[in-house]
Amino acid sequence: MSRFVERHPAWALIAIIAIAVALWLIFAVWPPGLEEAIGRKRVFLNAVFNGITLGGLYFLVASGFTLIFGLMRNVNLAHGSLYLFGGYVGYAISTATGSWLLSFIVAFILTALVGVLLQVIVFHRMEGQDLRQTMVTIGLSIVFADLMLWACGGDFYQVQTPNWLIGPVELPLITAVKSSGEPVYLRYPMVRLVIFAASVVIGVSMWLALNRTRIGMIIRAGVDDRDILAATGVRIQLVFVAVFAFGAGLAGIAGVVGGTFQSLSPGEDIRFLLASLVVVIVGGMGSIPGAALGALIIGLAEQLGSVYIPTYAIVVTFLIMVLVLAIRPQGLLARR
Amino acid sequence: MSKCSIGLLALSSLFLSSAAIAQEKIKVGVTATLEGTYTVLGEDGMRGHQTALNVLGKKIGDKELEFIVASTDATPDSAVRAVRKLIEQDKVQILLSPLSGDEGIAVKNFAKTHPELTFINAASGAQETTYVDPAPNFFRYNMDGAQWQVGLGKYAYDEKKYRKIATVGEDYSFIYTQVFGLVLEFCGAGGQVTNRQWVPLGTKDFASVIAALPDDVDAIYLGLGGADAVNFLNQYQQAGGKAHLMGGSIMIDQTILSSKGNAKNALIGTIAASGQADTWEDPGWQKFVKAYQDAFPPNKRFPSPSLLATNYYDSTMALILALREVNGDLSDNQSKFKAALAKIELDAPNGNIKLDSNRQAIGTNFVTEVVDDGKGALFSKVVKVIPNVNQTLGYDPAVFSKIGLPSRTVPECKKY
Repeated sequence: MSRFVERHPAWALIAIIAIAVALWLIFAVWPPGLEEAIGRKRVFLNAVFNGITLGGLYFLVASGFTLIFGLMRNVNLAHGSLYLFGGYVGYAISTATGSWLLSFIVAFILTALVGVLLQVIVFHRMEGQDLRQTMVTIGLSIVFADLMLWACGGDFYQVQTPNWLIGPVELPLITAVKSSGEPVYLRYPMVRLVIFAASVVIGVSMWLALNRTRIGMIIRAGVDDRDILAATGVRIQLVFVAVFAFGAGLAGIAGVVGGTFQSLSPGEDIRFLLASLVVVIVGGMGSIPGAALGALIIGLAEQLGSVYIPTYAIVVTFLIMVLVLAIRPQGLLARR
Repeated sequence: MSKCSIGLLALSSLFLSSAAIAQEKIKVGVTATLEGTYTVLGEDGMRGHQTALNVLGKKIGDKELEFIVASTDATPDSAVRAVRKLIEQDKVQILLSPLSGDEGIAVKNFAKTHPELTFINAASGAQETTYVDPAPNFFRYNMDGAQWQVGLGKYAYDEKKYRKIATVGEDYSFIYTQVFGLVLEFCGAGGQVTNRQWVPLGTKDFASVIAALPDDVDAIYLGLGGADAVNFLNQYQQAGGKAHLMGGSIMIDQTILSSKGNAKNALIGTIAASGQADTWEDPGWQKFVKAYQDAFPPNKRFPSPSLLATNYYDSTMALILALREVNGDLSDNQSKFKAALAKIELDAPNGNIKLDSNRQAIGTNFVTEVVDDGKGALFSKVVKVIPNVNQTLGYDPAVFSKIGLPSRTVPECKKY
């Protein structure tokens, strides 16, 4: 951090000013002139929160993707299918048992199993052949999409939000002050906050597991040099299977999350594959903090875009990707 | 599931064709939105189509109708692709297509390249389809989106005393047409439409749209359909929304009113207008509801037919009755059949329907209010029935043409 400030004092200053402005926009009561210029504070705050919570969902999908890429160097283009599969499983479990939490566990286990099968049957056979893996996973994603269309139809499914999560909560953020001087606080959907909190917990525990445990050490060593790691006697294939299962399981969980605050249908697999590709390209392939930063940026861009420049909202995401590719092609937080 | 049954339907008609090879066939292509945002609408449309076949039969004199179904996803190119496939590959002679607004405009334009064939609109409701440069071989037996809003603006202004409203709608031709009808009448009565928000068809995350809803209005009009409407309501509930709502014709419809979960309860008391009302006591309507309910087991249909089922029923009915009138004679580029279609008057379940010179329906409209039947099912209760609604909404055609075509900003909020 301090090295960055020393090396790029101008950029650091701009970043600090941007953060200060953002904090002021979030916490201060807006003067009337500003409200007239860019709309009410409630709308802005909601868009920011929606962006952050959507970023949480993107992070769940993309972190598995980036973990798998980082360790095994294979681009799993069937990752979106795992997301949709997890969502459908979650829907089936939550309607059958009525338990929202159970649906996460089952979705995680089943998609992890699919991940194990993928690694053992497909990727293990073509280790190191990037192009073949890419082609095969594209093919698999099409097959999976058709299988799921056959099983579940083209209908839309929504995982029922449990009763205790329905409705808004009041946050201690003032959106406006009534003429009587009474402050109006921001009301925000509970379910999105819980989901965001969960993705933060998952992200932090992943980071801790990678940086503070023996398994994490093995995985990091594997990312740096697989061959030497294998030569030290670590059963690298087992590590691969475990990581693939975990990454796939995360996509499954994300499917249930997506099914809860959005909905599940054919085509969502491609949408989320694309989203996670953009997220990891922006954040840096193979980097977990990069996935978090990328997800946050893309989520915010989508939501703020949909409020302030609705017609061009879709373009913003890709504009960011193009910019990152032009200025820092390896991604914002990738190691060289 | 119903996709499967439609598949079976297509299959069984194939088998039937081999069994009765001597019999002459009339091939009809049907499209419905069996994919994407409007899947549920397409599925119920096909149920309405099947109900009509159950009631009227498939025999035309000594010929028999054969239906071939193709799926679309509410985009114009998917509709043209499906129609082209039906014509070129399956060699259909008549088309029952399409379901959605933008599809309708595209298929109407495509119809001009096949003047020898006949196109019967299945359910699409954009104004432009039959109002601007209509195709001589394109017939529409349902009203357009603006006709379906007749009565709503006045009711909101006079009875509900709404003075200022805002609208949220999907960004395409049918919803433009609906908002067009609403704005003309509401602003004509003296009301104000302060804000019109447009969201892309297939929007998933409405959270920011909901946050941007103005709170200094008396009611918010929702012009959404299918999965978009369900997503919106779900997130509206999560955000704790409490505004008065008004609904478009596919928003206040069984496709939404019988969706799973309790988010739809936000709609109780919502006023709307449409080409039908679930609880209308007219014997013809009740008979149709009964036929629909008898045709499918309760878990594979809605409690009461949706607007799409009714439209598909009516258009299939027009097709069969006109064909019977000419005894299945499709010679001379189907000219006799087309003439019969143009002058047929339908005693449809949702009121009498006849066509104007643009081959656009003049029919009956209903102002409704959503009620709970006490067992958790929601229905649209009829408030007012307005017969003989034409495409210019009772305006003088010269005045009407000055208003302009429905779009994001047309019409202006003023009295024309």
